[in-house]
Amino acid sequence: MQGRAATGSDEILAIDGISVTLSGREILSDVTFHINAGEFTGLIGSNGAGKTTLLRVILGLISPSAGMVRVEGGLRRQPLIGYVPQRITLDPDMPLRARDLVGLGIDGQRFGLPLPSSTRRKQVDEMLEAVDATRFAESRVGNLSGGEQQRILIAHALISRPRLLLLDEPLANLDIGSEQEVVDLLARIAREQRIGVLISTHDMNPLLPVMDRIVYIANGRIATGTTAEVVSSESLTRLYGVHVDVIHVHDRILVVAGRREEALQHGDTESIVELM
Amino acid sequence: MPGFLSPLIEPGFFSNLPVQTALVVGGVVAVVSGIVGTFTVMRGQSFAGHSLADIGTAGGSAAFVLGISPLFGFVAMNLMAAGVMEWIGIRRPRGRDLATGIVLGAALGLAALFLYLDTTASSTTGATVNVLFGSIFTLPASMVPFIAIFSVVAAAIVLVMYRPLVLTSISADLAIAQGIRVRLVGIGYLVALALAVSLSAVTIGAILSTALLIGPAATALRITNRTGRAAAIAAGIGVVATWLGVLLAYDSYYWFPNGGGWPVSFFVVTLIFLVYLLSQLRFRGRSAAQRRSTAAQAR
Amino acid sequence: MFSALMLNAWGSASIVAIVAGVVGFFIVLRGSAFAAHALPNGAFAGAAGASLIGVDAIVGLAVFSVLGALTIAGLGRRARHDVATALVIVVMLGLGSLFLSMTTEYAPEIYSLLFGEVLGVSSSELVPIAVIGVVCIAAVFLVYRPLLFSSVMPEVAEARGVGRGRMEVVFLLVVALTTTMAVPVVGALLIFSLLISPAAAARSFTDRPFTAMGLSVVIALGTVWSAIALAYLSNLPIGFFVGSIGAGTYAVGRGWAGWRNRRSRPRMGATGRSPATAQSS
Repeated sequence: MQGRAATGSDEILAIDGISVTLSGREILSDVTFHINAGEFTGLIGSNGAGKTTLLRVILGLISPSAGMVRVEGGLRRQPLIGYVPQRITLDPDMPLRARDLVGLGIDGQRFGLPLPSSTRRKQVDEMLEAVDATRFAESRVGNLSGGEQQRILIAHALISRPRLLLLDEPLANLDIGSEQEVVDLLARIAREQRIGVLISTHDMNPLLPVMDRIVYIANGRIATGTTAEVVSSESLTRLYGVHVDVIHVHDRILVVAGRREEALQHGDTESIVELM
Repeated sequence: MPGFLSPLIEPGFFSNLPVQTALVVGGVVAVVSGIVGTFTVMRGQSFAGHSLADIGTAGGSAAFVLGISPLFGFVAMNLMAAGVMEWIGIRRPRGRDLATGIVLGAALGLAALFLYLDTTASSTTGATVNVLFGSIFTLPASMVPFIAIFSVVAAAIVLVMYRPLVLTSISADLAIAQGIRVRLVGIGYLVALALAVSLSAVTIGAILSTALLIGPAATALRITNRTGRAAAIAAGIGVVATWLGVLLAYDSYYWFPNGGGWPVSFFVVTLIFLVYLLSQLRFRGRSAAQRRSTAAQAR
Repeated sequence: MFSALMLNAWGSASIVAIVAGVVGFFIVLRGSAFAAHALPNGAFAGAAGASLIGVDAIVGLAVFSVLGALTIAGLGRRARHDVATALVIVVMLGLGSLFLSMTTEYAPEIYSLLFGEVLGVSSSELVPIAVIGVVCIAAVFLVYRPLLFSSVMPEVAEARGVGRGRMEVVFLLVVALTTTMAVPVVGALLIFSLLISPAAAARSFTDRPFTAMGLSVVIALGTVWSAIALAYLSNLPIGFFVGSIGAGTYAVGRGWAGWRNRRSRPRMGATGRSPATAQSS
């Protein structure tokens, strides 16, 4: 019901040779990839690699110095892109229910007072149901836990029925349980509603079971393909320009620069990636 | 005095006692405001800094009613207000501004009451103007020692806490990780701010107090990224603006429209604002040049 | 207390309270307390300037508050917002001190501009106050949704085409208009209390934005009415009562919120009610 016939091809986002220079520093250089409807894509890179910049380019908030961004399909007067920003702080003193925040996703940009309407209410209820948030719909949004807020923000972004959903580090500050819940929720939404999901994170491991495509970003350049193609020693060594080892430990992947022994002592991907 | 200065400086400028007091006190206040103000700007507490000047007027007007020196009224009221702000204020900037606003609103109510009592009790209608706008030329020389003591205390608090203060102002999280008691530093800083603002508000008025606290520091932080240097530059800008303002006010005695001269606060505020705008232009010019060069590279 | 003269006071103060409640809701939501203080306080200088050149005080108030709003929005884009606001207020007040030094106005005139003169409002002044008040409320209702969106999540709103800078200008202009209307009635210092305290108290009592706005209006009206009554009975300045009642309602709000939180903490995480009650609301 929420789905929509794709117009022509399944490709909904095409990034073609994007370069971005901010205050004299080249943040992104010649980035090219595309996303299809119903596909779950992980944008992986360490802090400061340019993930947020790339998302802001797709949103049109930054204009690239070279290249093209194309967002396909979508009906008129409907936003093509839903967006969940990084580390949003919702003030607990704010008189705003979870339901009100989701409602802002429908018509927050329109003038005039929000008149009560049963269709609008039904739409919000359905969306809250879809992200399993009915339980806390009437609660003050600032008082919700990180995982609950994340689900409300996703509902907010989805209710305008975008073709593409961008999420910036949605897993940061979540405990492992809610991390997995949010990932599963997003994967389900991508498949059921044929929405392209692009999710940025510095830790790829929570996404491994559901990721269709990976965009690995480092040094302002990217490598893209399936997880197996991209997350290999050869491919990442080429991207980083220094020797990189990819280590599989149980179900987790560690990406390690330099000597394997040194990195293993650290034990998690983030600090190891930042060794580079 | 060298002859070439005589068209600029009216005769008797340096031998006039109120002018001498104004130059000394104004200079001291400008230095303290510059040092304390650098942290006020870094911590985003301009509103608290400004409010304390207004809140102090409640203490100042109460002091008028009681017949004691307004300086003590300002200091007592401001220390109390700083305590309440810290007590009800929350870490989040929005909450903090609101806490400041609530305290300010209540204090202004008190000020209304005390000023009303002043004007009815003794019909000294000048009290309102005096408390709100202060006057650097009517300062009794006997107050200078007290002013000096409070200045030293305010500056000393900032200097003693310098390093933790810099760290907490940059990032509270970093400071906590280093084992700094952020709340304690915050309280100590508010005390320094309350003292500095009382001092400036009572000597040069609430307007100049905020101007000297925020303007020079904001300008200095545009020019340099180093905290210590910024505090020094801010103090310097403040002193120069104050002295020039006093000089111009003294000169303006003979200007249009023949009244009692133009107010010092007008000159000092204008000078400080112009310097701030200049620092903005400088910055803007540089970033535009940068943008051009990067655009050329991209092509 | 309800003589013909007093009716104007009740009427004008009620209009100011309603507008302050509506506009104040967004001031508190956006954390713009400083701007809400700076505009009325600085605009007071405009009134002094107007009397100097012999035009109506309301013209001076309007010019200064609108220029102040635009300057805060403009400077605030490049520098820290609070610094821009502080500089704007001192420049306006600096000009004010210049104007005052050139006029021969008596101190009581200044006092009434700062602390208001509710009892001095004439019937002919009531009309412009009402008109500007209606414009203010209409403007807030017109931009209610984008303003709420932009206040809650500025970045997301921007991605949906609600420009952060544009909303800031629109909002500050509404505050400027409120200032123009309210300063002659309740004075520069008291309109601030009315903008902040009722709205800050209201959000402790409800989780719904529009209800909070309505409650803020109710509290503002209650504050103003009881302040006028008390001032009339005690012969003390109204500003004192507005200030202390404002702080009092805020304290009650905080106390209520604290009590409610403590009560609900054991069930934290499941703060939501059952779906049945959710449907009925």
